[in-house]
Amino acid sequence: MKLKLVIVLVMALALASCGGEKPKKDVSGAEPATEKATEAVADADPMANKGIGPISSVTLGEIDQTLVAEGETVFKAKCTACHKISKKFVGPALKGVTQRRSPEWIMNMTLNPEEMIAKDPIAKQLLAEANGAPMANQNITEEEARALLEYFRSKN
Amino acid sequence: MKTIFKYFITFTVVSSWLVSCGDVNSGKSSSQGALSTNAAEKVYVAPGEHDDYYAFISGGFSGQLAVYGLPSGRLFKVIPVFSVDAEKAWGFNEETKPMLNTSHGFIPWDDSHHPDISQTAGELDGRWVFINGNNTPRIAKIDLTTFETTEIIEVPNSAGNHSSSFVTENTEYVVAGTRFSVPFPQRDMPISEYKGNFKGALSFISVDPEDGRMDIKFQIMMPGFDYDLSHPGRGASHGWFFFSTYNTEEANSLLEVNASQNDKDFIAAINWKKIEEYVNNGGGKKVPANYAHNVYDEKTHTATSTMKKEVLVVDPTEVPGAVYFMPTPKSPHGCDVDPSGEYIVGSGKLAAELTVHSFSKMIKAIENEDFDGDAYGIPILSYESTLAGAVKNPGLGPLHTEFDGKGNAYTTFFISSEVVKWKLGTWEVLDRKKTFYSVGHLMIPGGNSRKPFGDYVVAMNKITKDRYLPTGPEVTQSAQLYDISGEKMELLLDFPTVGEPHYAAGIAADIVAKKSKKFFRLEENEHKHAVKSEAESKVVRNGNEVHIYMTMIRSHFAPDNIEGIQVGDKVYFHVTNLEQDYDVPHGISMIGANTSELLIMPGQTESFVWEAKQEGVWPFYCTDFCSALHQEMQGYIRVSPKGSNVPISFTLDGDPVDIE
Ligand SMILES: [Cu+2]
Repeated sequence: MKLKLVIVLVMALALASCGGEKPKKDVSGAEPATEKATEAVADADPMANKGIGPISSVTLGEIDQTLVAEGETVFKAKCTACHKISKKFVGPALKGVTQRRSPEWIMNMTLNPEEMIAKDPIAKQLLAEANGAPMANQNITEEEARALLEYFRSKN
Repeated sequence: MKTIFKYFITFTVVSSWLVSCGDVNSGKSSSQGALSTNAAEKVYVAPGEHDDYYAFISGGFSGQLAVYGLPSGRLFKVIPVFSVDAEKAWGFNEETKPMLNTSHGFIPWDDSHHPDISQTAGELDGRWVFINGNNTPRIAKIDLTTFETTEIIEVPNSAGNHSSSFVTENTEYVVAGTRFSVPFPQRDMPISEYKGNFKGALSFISVDPEDGRMDIKFQIMMPGFDYDLSHPGRGASHGWFFFSTYNTEEANSLLEVNASQNDKDFIAAINWKKIEEYVNNGGGKKVPANYAHNVYDEKTHTATSTMKKEVLVVDPTEVPGAVYFMPTPKSPHGCDVDPSGEYIVGSGKLAAELTVHSFSKMIKAIENEDFDGDAYGIPILSYESTLAGAVKNPGLGPLHTEFDGKGNAYTTFFISSEVVKWKLGTWEVLDRKKTFYSVGHLMIPGGNSRKPFGDYVVAMNKITKDRYLPTGPEVTQSAQLYDISGEKMELLLDFPTVGEPHYAAGIAADIVAKKSKKFFRLEENEHKHAVKSEAESKVVRNGNEVHIYMTMIRSHFAPDNIEGIQVGDKVYFHVTNLEQDYDVPHGISMIGANTSELLIMPGQTESFVWEAKQEGVWPFYCTDFCSALHQEMQGYIRVSPKGSNVPISFTLDGDPVDIE
């Protein structure tokens, strides 16, 4: 837990300084970083970003309804405390997420949130949008992450 | 400067006087040892690195068991066992209150003395630690995957549960021997009629090899002596258990005088395999009893307490060949068996030498019926026939002995404040080192098994004056770590302990660490009030009871706005931690709660009761710093007057909790 706190602090520092500016003492901190992050990410195609983690490639076929159902079960048990499908909650709304992010990125974000929010530009931006509430590591397996992806595909 | 110097001189003189009073001079100045050696290097565990051993040091009158690393002496955790503990809600939350139930009701304190680690084939297996509650006799079992107390069994017909809780070499039994004899069955009778009427129960508690479940298999009703300490046989002597006794005089007053009259007391040798066989064949007598058996279930995260009504009692004279007495000089205290199982060391507290019995000579003496009479029908073996040897002039006030597995024994001397190393077989003293001060037990990791890890010995002291910064009349309790890997012992470290460090058990870290649990799986949570997603959280009224089924995750509760509570309601919080990550507990407490906070592990559910006494809007919050937004982890409960028409409602972010 204390380690995690350190990680969050380090991330917060990294965020605050990633614009190359000296942190302003009287500014609320997160906002300038958000702008900078947005700029940096805006140029790149988010669908080309596969994220950082164990997943390097995913092959998608027709939507597999069995897998969708499994994904829904996992989602309800381990994700709904922070994500809704229809609206932004603690984290972003997940409707249409597979059109905004590559399947590899989605699975890596699920499986490897600590490293993603420390290093991946999109994840860093999302952390800022979530006011610094980091994505919790829910110890999801690769099979579960794949099922979640299928569930998200069904919610486009 | 001058004053300080003077004070220092005085201190040095006083302390050398203190430690030299028992003829402890070994020709070397060990108090200077730390300065002239690399002791600091030997105990230094660099940041991020791990210790080599776990040491489980009992808290004595704190009732708890603390976990330290060796060689650093760093404190990792205090495991609540026999005392309520606000830090972990032990005895405060609804789930653990049953763990402290006894036939005398809820007893939130005990005196925890002797931890012992479970064994398989005579070697530590790192599955459980057992520890005794001395005052209201109990034995607890701590699970080393979770480092939580998962079972407590009360011991009937017993008092001063001191000669426990030691385990046999396959953890077949953990014993609970009574220090004080009491009327059996308990009844109103003149204390002066103690002699011949009081009994000493030695309880053999079986341990299920699979799940560790404890059960009192039988109690041996021994003569009314005081059964002080005990140890199982191992190797050839596996199947036997040895108990030291004092007060064979059966005195009932001013025992410091009246229990020191006999030149010799006994070590009782019990062939438990023989008694087990007798019991398995229908022997023994079931007698009425009343004792609590409390079990904590890791799946339901909840303890249940069952009152048991019967116990099987064995009269030792009805099992010929099962019980013998070995005379041992002058009120023996410690009773320790070496790793080979051949030597049984008896420390007569008032004796000038250490007595060592031989198991093989004992067997021969039994075969030859080499008896010196009997006590209440139990044969007394002749002293000379079991004697293996004696350590001459070892020190003053011998107490406890442990073994390094290399043929050496280490004994503590309370009065002369020292640890003395001597050789098994030749009985010669090899080395002695001062302790600071009045040492009780000592511990070598694995020293109670066939395979000790003979690197270190930890001495546990009763007095610590002048070793630490003063903190009022009471100075910290303390332990001392010695390197015993070489020929001579070397004092490496003093470290403070919680409560009285009565005794300890140690084990190589890698045996335990690899099996340690990281979090509880939500899908395996069978708590009857668990809710496994925010959508399932709810608030339910049932008369004047309101049950809040709540979840927690970084960094909010669901629901966090609750209305419709009325003055006079008993509000139950049933809170599930939805985290599925290592080391992310959350806490919760409620203003005015007449209990402690809850500290809920990832995947776990706990409950507490809050009584709504005043109208208003009252906050609750997370008590464990859980994330950068921990301060924001809070909520409100609105309390309306009794009979109000404000309906029960519960929301999060203004929405119902199950919105998609
Ligand atoms: Cu929290």
